[in-house]
Amino acid sequence: MHSTRSSATDMSAPLLSVRSLKTCFPTRAGLVTAVDGVDLDVYPGECLGIVGESGSGKSVTFASVIGLVRSPGYVAEGSIRFGGVDLRRLDSNGWRRLRGRDIAMTMQDALTALNPALTVAEQIEEVLLAHAEDLPKRGRQAAVRERAIEMLRLVGIPAPAKRIDDYPHQFSGGMRQRIMIAIALSCRPKLLIADEPTTALDVTIQAQVLDLISDLRRELGMSVVLITHDLGVVAEHTDRVAVMYAGQVVEAGPTRELIDRPKHPYTRGLIGLIPRLSDLDAPIRPIEGQVPELIGLGGICRFYDRCEFRASKCRTDISMIDVGPDHRARCIRVEEILQ
Amino acid sequence: MKPLALISRITQLVPVLLGVSVIVFVMMALTPGDPVEIMLADQQATPEQVQAMRHDMGLDRPALERFGIFLSNALTGDFGLSFFHRRPVFDVIAERLPATIELTLAALLLALAISIPLGVVAAVKKNGVVDRLAAIGSLFGTSLPGFWFGIILIILFAVQFKLLPVSGRLDFGCEVPPVTHLMTVDSLLRGRPSCFADALSHLILPALTLSLPMAAVLTRVQRSAMLEVLRSDYIVFAEAKGISRRRILWRHALKNALVPTVTVAAIETGSLLGGNMVVETVFGWPGLGRLVVESIFVRNYPLVQAAVLLYAVTYVLLNFFADVLYTTLNPRVRL
Amino acid sequence: MTAAVEASVVTPERIETPAWQSLRRFAADRFSMAAGIVVLIFVLMAILAPWFAPQDPYETDLLRRLQPPAWMEGGEWSYVLGCDALGRDILSRIIYGTRISITIGLAVVLIATVIGTVLGLAAGYLRGWVDIAISRVIDILLGFPYLIFAIALMAMMGPGLQNIILALVYKEWVVPARVVRGEVLAAREMEYVEAARAVGAPRLHIMFREILPNILSSVIVVSTIRMAHVIILEASLSFLGIGVQPPTASWGSMVADGRAFILDAWWVSTFPGIAILALVLSINVASQGLRDAFDPKFSD
Repeated sequence: MHSTRSSATDMSAPLLSVRSLKTCFPTRAGLVTAVDGVDLDVYPGECLGIVGESGSGKSVTFASVIGLVRSPGYVAEGSIRFGGVDLRRLDSNGWRRLRGRDIAMTMQDALTALNPALTVAEQIEEVLLAHAEDLPKRGRQAAVRERAIEMLRLVGIPAPAKRIDDYPHQFSGGMRQRIMIAIALSCRPKLLIADEPTTALDVTIQAQVLDLISDLRRELGMSVVLITHDLGVVAEHTDRVAVMYAGQVVEAGPTRELIDRPKHPYTRGLIGLIPRLSDLDAPIRPIEGQVPELIGLGGICRFYDRCEFRASKCRTDISMIDVGPDHRARCIRVEEILQ
Repeated sequence: MKPLALISRITQLVPVLLGVSVIVFVMMALTPGDPVEIMLADQQATPEQVQAMRHDMGLDRPALERFGIFLSNALTGDFGLSFFHRRPVFDVIAERLPATIELTLAALLLALAISIPLGVVAAVKKNGVVDRLAAIGSLFGTSLPGFWFGIILIILFAVQFKLLPVSGRLDFGCEVPPVTHLMTVDSLLRGRPSCFADALSHLILPALTLSLPMAAVLTRVQRSAMLEVLRSDYIVFAEAKGISRRRILWRHALKNALVPTVTVAAIETGSLLGGNMVVETVFGWPGLGRLVVESIFVRNYPLVQAAVLLYAVTYVLLNFFADVLYTTLNPRVRL
Repeated sequence: MTAAVEASVVTPERIETPAWQSLRRFAADRFSMAAGIVVLIFVLMAILAPWFAPQDPYETDLLRRLQPPAWMEGGEWSYVLGCDALGRDILSRIIYGTRISITIGLAVVLIATVIGTVLGLAAGYLRGWVDIAISRVIDILLGFPYLIFAIALMAMMGPGLQNIILALVYKEWVVPARVVRGEVLAAREMEYVEAARAVGAPRLHIMFREILPNILSSVIVVSTIRMAHVIILEASLSFLGIGVQPPTASWGSMVADGRAFILDAWWVSTFPGIAILALVLSINVASQGLRDAFDPKFSD
């Protein structure tokens, strides 16, 4: 399960490459910079975890990637390259061809993400009709339906041929999540953005859905971005991970390395929150304080107010520094903290 | 809606319908003037004859018994005699009803045809030109007195430009054997295009007048429903699927945003019933509304009583229908 | 309504009550404010009708029968909007007609709001059989289309100013009653009400001194919107000939008077209708502004 990416790094270029991404939302109180200078790479076939609290900018980052930042928000700066294409230069037709076919997305809650007024069949078939080029001219409708049923079978919906004409509300929560995954994957995208795929689910079903995503990733050979606030999920299902805080990536590296040797005080705080079998007795220490308002930040480490290691030299803009093999963190006191 | 929920909803109708008929009964019982004296006004009736007539009509019995008779007669469609027409009230009403139904349906269709596209475009291009015009339009639609607007339309289109007839339902010479008793439908069914054009030209102004306040309300409902739907997750998810914008708006969004509009339309159809009286009077439309207004002046109370009861029952049933419609159309509240 | 948004961002220098803040928001919304001023002008016109009216609205003069407005051939400026079939000055009759519309609009809404508020409070706060009884009556009254109910009542009671007010109040009180009942049901669960209950405040005290002030703004907003509705209803009744009776000048009956002359004297029907439209439109705009100002969550 924990395939290392090192071999992939050497051989292939990143599938998705985000550089200095900045996404803003004008509000009454001022301009909110929800994503502020994010750099990320996703390599073919890997699973990248994105961890952070709500408001850390993890969802907005990938809404920017797929071009669906909610109005009135907008991408202000940076580059987003996918398979060599500059996504920021796409027109609406270009986006339409890309979405669903090359990059697909699942949302947190399938109950609200699936259209309550349309049957499951229609919601899968419309993606296939929009993108699949290899459909036969004759009997197109039948071919699409067959493929839709096949997708439902793939994600583990029992009796898919019978249930495909049901409405979303007629399925259980876990089944709905599977249907949403089936829709997202129906055109075999190269990249799946899974935004909090398990938050809305019961614990027992969470594991099933995550295993399903991992299995399908291998089977279809796609890359997955797993957005979550749960480091436990990351530890089990991702190859690499990026931790986000207040609109920035504060630490990134191979999953095992990052979890075993966290460098940034925020990551260390998060890991303190994972109850591990080895130290069940260890007290869980929540991080005190709140994510700062994302208006007019700068000139100071964003974690300053909540950091137990803060010092006067942290009162400056901090950039990412190398802290290990393929492992970077946004903290200038790393060496001192580790003492 | 599951049968059980439907049944319980239907049983809730009973006390309301009963209450409505009590009110109608009491209203007419309190009406000044003895109906018998009105009926016998032009005849030299002896007190004995009056007494006999009172007895025949059951007016000398206790109130509760009279209500029972009224109710059981009403249930069998017996509303007594329209002494003005010298015919049963039921027959007189049945004769006038199709004209009112035609006008009401035309107004309903017109209101939907105006408000749905307008509301959708106003929501999609929020604060755009169409949105602003729709806002002003619906403000006027709710503020216009229908009787006056109808007259202005007549002055403009019938008197000034002579495009449309001033009043009535059909010109003489267009006799179409009835099928549905709706002139526009019948003329088409019988293959009489010239009569259809004539019926339509008579229908258009009253239908427009009647539909305007409803269109104003429905445009607002459609707009705000659409705005809410457009904010929802499933629209974002649909956009992430890379399907066409047109499909997202008119299939994904509209199918959900129509639910409140259709529900409100069913309720508002009830208020068209009231508007009918005014509009039919203005346009000389030979429907039930005008009949009721005329009947008040000639003190033809049995007819007024029957018509008011009919309106109220229709209104209650429309509201019930709206309720059922809402639950059937909206899978999430399906019981 | 950007003006309203800006006004709410400004931090008030003094401590203001919410009602005062709402009124300031309303004043900042120029469109609604202008409409409010138009409504006030109509009210003034009603009160000071004899001073505003250039002619005696009841003086007939058959020589001026159907005299056209001043700017048309045969018109004269002392009868700006022309004359009706009895040679009465239309402008003066419109000005006097304001009295009917405003009086009935105010009286009906005021009486209905008082009755509706009391019954709504009782139903929402006392619950039990009181609520069941009141809600049943509301349900039944809602079973009648408004205009038809009013027409039937007028047929029963006969025409006249008092009867119109009564006929409309009989159904109008349902509107505030439902609003108040709903608000009270929500308020019952609020902390301030529970606190008052906890210290043993008497029911009437809680209903009228604790809950009522908190829901008053929604009641006022609803009442102003209903004014417009009631004015149109009265005009409709008078138009049909079962409302205000001649020779009293009422806008609805003036429009009806002109129906017979639409072929050669369009002004007789047109101008009174414009007056109705102007007043109703202004009330609607102003009450929309009030609603936005008192309850910003409604506007989008």
